[in-house]
Amino acid sequence: MQFGIFTVGDVTPDPTTGRTPTERERIKAMVAIALKAEEVGLDVFATGEHHNPPFVPSSPTTMLGYIAARTEKLILSTSTTLITTNDPVKIAEDFAMLQHLADGRVDLMMGRGNTGPVYPWFGKDIREGINLAVENYALLRRLWDEDVVDWEGKFRTPLQGFTSTPRPMDDVPPFVWHGSIRSPEIAEQAAYYGDGFFHNNIFWPADHTKRMVEFYRKRFAHYGHGTPEQAIVGLGGQVFMRKNSQDAVREFRPYFDNAPVYGHGPSLEDFTEQTPLTVGSPQQVIEKTLSFREYAGDYQRQLFLMDHAGLPLKTVLEQLDMLGEEVVPVLRKEFADGRPADVPQAPTHQSLLAAAARKETVA
Amino acid sequence: MKLVVVSAGLSVPSSTRLLADRLAAAVDRHTPVDVRVVELRELAVEIAHMFTNGFAGKALAAAQDAVAGADGLIVVTPVFSASYSGLFKSFFDVLDKDALAGKPVLIAATGGTARHSLVLDHALRPLFAYLRAVVVPTGVYAASEDWGAEGLAERTERAAGELAALMPLGVRAGEPDIVPFAEQLAALQR
Repeated sequence: MQFGIFTVGDVTPDPTTGRTPTERERIKAMVAIALKAEEVGLDVFATGEHHNPPFVPSSPTTMLGYIAARTEKLILSTSTTLITTNDPVKIAEDFAMLQHLADGRVDLMMGRGNTGPVYPWFGKDIREGINLAVENYALLRRLWDEDVVDWEGKFRTPLQGFTSTPRPMDDVPPFVWHGSIRSPEIAEQAAYYGDGFFHNNIFWPADHTKRMVEFYRKRFAHYGHGTPEQAIVGLGGQVFMRKNSQDAVREFRPYFDNAPVYGHGPSLEDFTEQTPLTVGSPQQVIEKTLSFREYAGDYQRQLFLMDHAGLPLKTVLEQLDMLGEEVVPVLRKEFADGRPADVPQAPTHQSLLAAAARKETVA
Repeated sequence: MKLVVVSAGLSVPSSTRLLADRLAAAVDRHTPVDVRVVELRELAVEIAHMFTNGFAGKALAAAQDAVAGADGLIVVTPVFSASYSGLFKSFFDVLDKDALAGKPVLIAATGGTARHSLVLDHALRPLFAYLRAVVVPTGVYAASEDWGAEGLAERTERAAGELAALMPLGVRAGEPDIVPFAEQLAALQR
């Protein structure tokens, strides 16, 4: 099972000091966080893609390329790449390039964006959101899977004899996750292709996550990719830890109360009861995270949101130390315990390469 | 059949709830129904939280499920500032946009004066038309003076009869319909 972190890349004032980091500070902090993730033994770093303030990561492959050069093992991913408003040709090119530079340590997660205006900003119609996700991804697949593509669709200029370069490393395209919170159409799309489905459950109650994941698993099996239990599932999580849980609550409360997404709403106590958010000791984080399996089944990837709401970099790095040293080793062991042998691990470049070689031998 | 009554009255006792109960009892006389009353006052905090965090708390989620699963609805609001109350509107603002599609709805309102009676046709009826509900022709408005006058009982009876007649034909929410992916893709290539 893979463990990692995902960042939204928000520039948010620290509510305890009133200080807002500069964009440059935030961008450098995101890199420092990624490097820390590798240092403490996490598997994945994923960055969001946004095109509006207060967010900085508009250009994920630039950032991931830089991180790739400074890491050895970390898998670089996105949370998410906008399949609706980016040109699929550019996604195919950018991520194949990144794949070569990072020696295959790349996958990506498709999403549809966090704000309505991003569609018109890129000349798209929000009412076509799902259709854009469907058609653009169908083209992206062909650009990676076929060397020469003739293509005509509803949303993009046609292609005649087009080859997307560089070709994917070893002819194995990056593994794709599809992220969605509430659109069953996206779970259906992930299932159709046998791709991964990431449910960003961090602001949602367990029964909602359960319904979405179950639906994806059922459709994954329907399309003949394996049993429902073999579907590739990723989940989010959100934690803040201190040795004593009271200290964690005291320190995190101002960040919670003023957080851009859920601040000024329900209490920290209500929210932790209803969603995956855990504010407490490492042991409490372990218990809560293990409970995800009860409603999502054995899954492949767990990403934590650690660096939002204005938390200072120093605090985030301390959190990552605790995550890497005290939490993830226990989770690895516990999640492996009782996991059926036929439930696959999250696909990596090596595993996809091996699978392609097996297929060739059979053919 | 399942009848859900949504009442936005705030005081206890409330004339809004009183009207709601009389309408529900009248429907039950036409056709036997299981009645569930949703008092929005009890859900006010969870409704506000759903605006800020995007998901329903336990009690609100249960109310939303009841509404979506009902064969018919009676909705009753007090008149505030010449319209439905903000709490009443907020409940429908955070409801799934398809939850009322095809569902028979009886609209009703209460107020201190009969001068606001057109709130039914100028505020409630367009709201439920937007939500694609089937609004019964007779709406029931009760001003304070109506509780001591003739006419309210007849309007209640007529509206209830209309709702009872439509309820067996209404649409109840079930599993979401998903277009199989190949069809979705093919539709784009046409």
